[in-house]
Amino acid sequence: MSDSHAHSWEHDVCEPAMEGTGLGKLAMWLFLCSEVMFFAGLLGAYMTLRIGHPENFEASQKLLHDSVGFAAFNTALLISSSLTMALAVLAGQKKETAKQRLLLLVTSAMGLLFLILKSYEYSLKIKHGLLPNHDLFFAFYWTLTAIHGVHILAGIIPMLGLWYYAGKKDVSAETEMVGLYWHFVDLVWIFLFPLLYLI
Amino acid sequence: MSDSHAAEHHEHPPVPYFIVFGTLVVFTGITIGASFIDLKSKAANVSLAFAIAGFKASLVMFYFMHLKYEKRPIVAIALAPFALVMVLVAALMPDIAYGQYHNDDKLTTTPAVKEHHEAK
Repeated sequence: MSDSHAHSWEHDVCEPAMEGTGLGKLAMWLFLCSEVMFFAGLLGAYMTLRIGHPENFEASQKLLHDSVGFAAFNTALLISSSLTMALAVLAGQKKETAKQRLLLLVTSAMGLLFLILKSYEYSLKIKHGLLPNHDLFFAFYWTLTAIHGVHILAGIIPMLGLWYYAGKKDVSAETEMVGLYWHFVDLVWIFLFPLLYLI
Repeated sequence: MSDSHAAEHHEHPPVPYFIVFGTLVVFTGITIGASFIDLKSKAANVSLAFAIAGFKASLVMFYFMHLKYEKRPIVAIALAPFALVMVLVAALMPDIAYGQYHNDDKLTTTPAVKEHHEAK
């Protein structure tokens, strides 16, 4: 291994097969793998239990009909925020800092709007008495969407931090890492939306 | 600060972000539309939903998350969990879906809710 320049975390992974891959990117992918298994536990439980009790689950799912519009809009919102995030990463790599910062803010705003709409949807559920203890389907609905919501919030906070630091130094590698996380959160919703609301 | 920027972002052709975004939006519409199509069996409906969601997911992974442009070990790391997920769910099916909890009302609903559903 050469000592000609210091290997800080965002530089090459030393393994030749992964030459050019930053350590930070590798670390984020490994974390996302664990997150996939995390959601797999919840979604897998939902799927297997639902197959065992189709009528009960479907009867409860009908009560979600009113919220499909909200959820569909939220899906489009998250996909759009993935686009703006990807463009923010690109802007960071091209050293277009102002554009990077703006796109980070837009992505954060979209995430925040998602959470606001979700909260409104929750308030409607509470008003109709559709609480997590209503039945098993709603226990899953609340748990899955709330944990996903926490993940969204956990993505917005670093994004705002990146917006702040992008003006002071080069955070393109970090932006790419947070971008990977944000796309993952979008991915989870892409599966959650049909599984909870549609089928 | 870092003098090997080329290393952390290895060169790849420009990513067609907007085309992928458009495709994702179109397929979200297809997702919703497909839920109205009544294929004969529930399994077929679910398979269609998963196929569409899987396609959207792969678009996000390969283009937005740059997997198309990453080295093989990274792609392998990224895709491995999905295989494990399928194993996990399949392994639990016989017990949870078809075993002792099959059609167990006590587990899945409350008496008040059940009456409400049956009254309809």
